[in-house]
Amino acid sequence: MTTIDRLVGAGVDRIDGPAKVRGTAPYAFEQDPGEPIAHLAVVQSTVNRGRISRLDATRAEAMPGVLAVLTPASAPRLAEGLSSDLPVLQSLDVHYQGQVVAAVVAETSEIAAAAIGAVVVEYAAEEPDVVLSTDRADLYAPEQLMAGFDTDSVIGDVDGALAAAAVTIDATYETPTQHNNPIEMHTSMARWDGDSLTMWDANQGPHNIVNDLAKGFGLDRGQVRIISPYVGGAFGSKAFPHPNQMLAAMAARVVGRTVVFELTRPQMFTLVGHRTPTIQRVRLGADADGRLTAISHEVVEHTSKISEFAEQTATPTRVLYAAENRRTTHRLARLDVPPPTIMRAPGETPGMFALESAMDELASALGIDPVELRIRNEPTEDPERHVPWSSRHLVECLRTGAERFGWAGRDLRPRMRTEGRWLIGTGVASATYPTRRRKAQCRISVDGRGGTAPVRYLVEIDGSDIGTGAWTALSQIAADALGVAMDAVELHIGDSRLPRAGGAGGSTGLASWGSAIVLTARDLRRRLDDEFGGQVPADGVTVDGGIEGEGPHAKTHSMHAFGAHFVEVRVDADSGEVRVPRATSVYDAGTVVNAKTGRSQFIGGFSMGVSMALHEETLTDPRLGHYVNHDLAEYHVATNADIGELDISWLDHPDELANELGLKGIGEIGITGAAAAVANAYWHATGLRVRDLPITPDKYFRELGLT
Amino acid sequence: MREFRYEQPPDVAGAVALVAGAPDGAFLGGGTNLVDLMKLGVATPDLLVDVRELTSREITDLPDGGVRIGAGVPNADLAADRRVRERFSVLAQALLAGASGQLRNRATTGGNLLQRTRCGYFTDVTKPCNKRLPGSGCGALEGVHRNHAILGQTLDGPGTCVATHPSDMAVAMLALDAVVRVLGPDGERAVPLAELHRLPGEDPSRDTTLRHGELITAIDLPPLGFPSRYRKARDRASFAFALVSVAAALRVEDGVVREARLALGGVAHTPWRALTAERALVGGPATEDAFAAAAAEELEAATPLRDNGFKVPLARNLVVRTLADLTEGSR
Ligand SMILES: Cc1cc2nc3c(=O)[nH]c(=O)nc-3n(C[C@H](O)[C@H](O)[C@H](O)COP(=O)(O)OP(=O)(O)OC[C@H]3O[C@@H](n4cnc5c(N)ncnc54)[C@H](O)[C@@H]3O)c2cc1C
Ligand code: SF4
Repeated sequence: MTTIDRLVGAGVDRIDGPAKVRGTAPYAFEQDPGEPIAHLAVVQSTVNRGRISRLDATRAEAMPGVLAVLTPASAPRLAEGLSSDLPVLQSLDVHYQGQVVAAVVAETSEIAAAAIGAVVVEYAAEEPDVVLSTDRADLYAPEQLMAGFDTDSVIGDVDGALAAAAVTIDATYETPTQHNNPIEMHTSMARWDGDSLTMWDANQGPHNIVNDLAKGFGLDRGQVRIISPYVGGAFGSKAFPHPNQMLAAMAARVVGRTVVFELTRPQMFTLVGHRTPTIQRVRLGADADGRLTAISHEVVEHTSKISEFAEQTATPTRVLYAAENRRTTHRLARLDVPPPTIMRAPGETPGMFALESAMDELASALGIDPVELRIRNEPTEDPERHVPWSSRHLVECLRTGAERFGWAGRDLRPRMRTEGRWLIGTGVASATYPTRRRKAQCRISVDGRGGTAPVRYLVEIDGSDIGTGAWTALSQIAADALGVAMDAVELHIGDSRLPRAGGAGGSTGLASWGSAIVLTARDLRRRLDDEFGGQVPADGVTVDGGIEGEGPHAKTHSMHAFGAHFVEVRVDADSGEVRVPRATSVYDAGTVVNAKTGRSQFIGGFSMGVSMALHEETLTDPRLGHYVNHDLAEYHVATNADIGELDISWLDHPDELANELGLKGIGEIGITGAAAAVANAYWHATGLRVRDLPITPDKYFRELGLT
Repeated sequence: MREFRYEQPPDVAGAVALVAGAPDGAFLGGGTNLVDLMKLGVATPDLLVDVRELTSREITDLPDGGVRIGAGVPNADLAADRRVRERFSVLAQALLAGASGQLRNRATTGGNLLQRTRCGYFTDVTKPCNKRLPGSGCGALEGVHRNHAILGQTLDGPGTCVATHPSDMAVAMLALDAVVRVLGPDGERAVPLAELHRLPGEDPSRDTTLRHGELITAIDLPPLGFPSRYRKARDRASFAFALVSVAAALRVEDGVVREARLALGGVAHTPWRALTAERALVGGPATEDAFAAAAAEELEAATPLRDNGFKVPLARNLVVRTLADLTEGSR
């Protein structure tokens, strides 16, 4: 059988583009449930820890237009077994500031918003414990990390090797609390029909939302339907359910009609998770030629009292460079903070900042070019698992990037280039992210239409497009696999009624859904060939297929995407303001299915890394335990003006062992290492090493000793 | 959010009468600050009197070569006005350094002057704040205050407040000796901009010296006649409030400073006129050393907090650079 490879790889325009531009693509809030919608608003706790001592909703209940007030006393009981912050309104205990303590359902959002102000809540509050530090006595080792990684890895004699090394680096890096802020706030619209629940919801995978709702409300999974065809951005906070889905379903049950709950922007900072802050000590030992003999990466981070989320921060250190002696550890503190969650490349994003900064410090200590240093430490196999790579072209990324960027001839010394008041420097960092795939089922039906109309293929899979371009990329994949034009494919995604698949997360989307589609399409074509002589029978054919999870090579090979970032940074010598006028990134990500939307993923990932390096930080008041910035005026993300010329390219090396499409995943690789590249360039420009992100102007004066 | 009444009276006198008669009433300009504060529960007016279309949207020439700016002029229009760009470039630059294109289209000149502090404790009703809730304490003093004031704060007592005024436009106007024209229940008065905003003193709840019901109708700028410039340092390239900003105008002859105007933003509860520095500059040489000495003299009064000490060297550097650039430009 031949595959006609004409669409995969091409820069096909988004098929959902026109509908989105015209505003006709319905996001969760815009869906029509077929009946008038009631609105929900929530009262949030003002203390981090304690218990509700008094709650009086009588005034709110009496307000015209208020349909119901849900409190821990009156809210429906959810079944036992829900974890983290999902048992909403089930107890009087308060575990974090912003926890939902009451909810109002009203005819309009305005009435609901007015009524929450009329609910009186008092607390018996206790001192909050929100400050992470490395000397806390209660740091503990979790049983395992997110995504099933081991908590620690210890190989050889790290301390001995460090003591014997010609050159060592010992530095501590810090990354702050960060918050997911997709443009579309989390939104859930719930409707009950008898004991069946329909929810139009903003999430990263409808099937991921079904379970907890079914469990909480004592339903079969088939009684819960989640519909999410269009999602306005997501970086991890929409991967799993949060209180919003529970509340909407509860409220709809109580008032007997459709209820919608759309978070406000400030609520994005308390109700749907955050990226844990990290404190990371990295020690490197090398011989005089820069060959690493020891790598140690020890991570301290937090989780909440009511859930364990153990970010896999040091895991990239387990694969990136060769060294005989190696150690990675993770320790957590349980604090009175909302449950942390996934945010673009959890683990790699903070971890690579530390590792790749330390590599830069080592290069400078050795007087070796930082590109060369990385090349010298290229491992021939996975340095901890001791299995071969499915494919690894990091060195080619570094060399190609250096060429495109104009790296040659760079002065190794910092603070050597100026232009007027601008201090100019350049920096490099590697990127890496695991390649995985998840179980995915798929159904493809072909309708012969009695031989009268053009043949149409219906491709059904519960994939998810969170703005990435999956609608288009999956249609390309399906068309190629079926050997037809794209307009012969009708794709259905974003609905838990569709064949089950994992969500858009871990850069596994196209690897999983795409492979399922390819295999199912092959099956269908085989059946058409075998049973119908290559013709579509008049009454059509339907084939169910899919993948079980990881492919056969996942056990025998180490699979990762790689990349290299080269960044120019300009720092204003008067103000410490930082600009990133240009950057080059080269990726080894296997097949890039859609050159256009793929490029957008790389741009977005890298830009988010610049944002992390220079801007993003959620500030906590240590005494009150509160987050102090909670809107987009004060929680800074990079603006357009902060992102300069981005030269983005990728190597043409499909990974034949990874999956049916040879792709390695592109959603997260762009952010990994990006912050380190910026910080390294900042050092090169100024001679100042800022090890705690973000690099804001105040730190320039701090490092100069002027504050 | 509290329920409120919305009125669009036919003239400014009617608007003044409405708000003067309603203790919890407020004027509404573009609403880009007030409506946000209402959603947050920080502002709770029961009456909004919309003056955006009522107050003048015209910029007119004054006989002395100055201009009169109607309170309803959108920030975007003001920044784009040819007279402003040519004669008062510090003002056009300040406006364009603020907010975003969308906000500048919507925001009015009057509203911009009266926008409230961005202090994160002020904008969150669950936190202590003497400005929002007198007597509740100042959350920022020992809390998160990297972008708070270094000059003129009230550092203890019930009036404690270390907030900054967020406006860029007001800093430029202060350097330009702007005069604010106000209509109140008792008639019209003219308030020099330098007397409009007030330091927290004993009562941080009051940002300005305006009385309830007083409407800003226009701002007058007297003629300037020498080059001016605005420099703003911020956390990102666009769409961020000032860490420190400098509005300056300088007349240099034969290497000697003849006239100097200097105002700082992001450093105090008011836009900060640097009178000490101005006095030190006039008559002295137009050199970086002299500029640095003048800046240092002004900043001697600074009382930085635990985490905002960087604003002192930052302000000094920006003053020196801005004055040096102006000198360069006038050669
Ligand atoms: C995200 C964001 C970023 C921003 N960034 C910046 C920035 O970088 N720099 C900057 O300078 N500003 C910035 N701003 C603030 C913006 O400039 C102000 O919100 C705007 O100028 C206020 O004008 P307005 O007409 O919308 O005022 P409104 O919100 O309508 O009113 C503000 C106040 O003035 C009163 N008022 C309005 N008009 C009159 C009048 N004629 N007489 C008496 N009282 C009146 C109102 O009652 C209210 O108290 C930003 C705002 C936002 C939301
Ligand atoms: S600085 Fe002023 S506005 Fe901020 S918390 Fe203190 S009193 Fe309130």
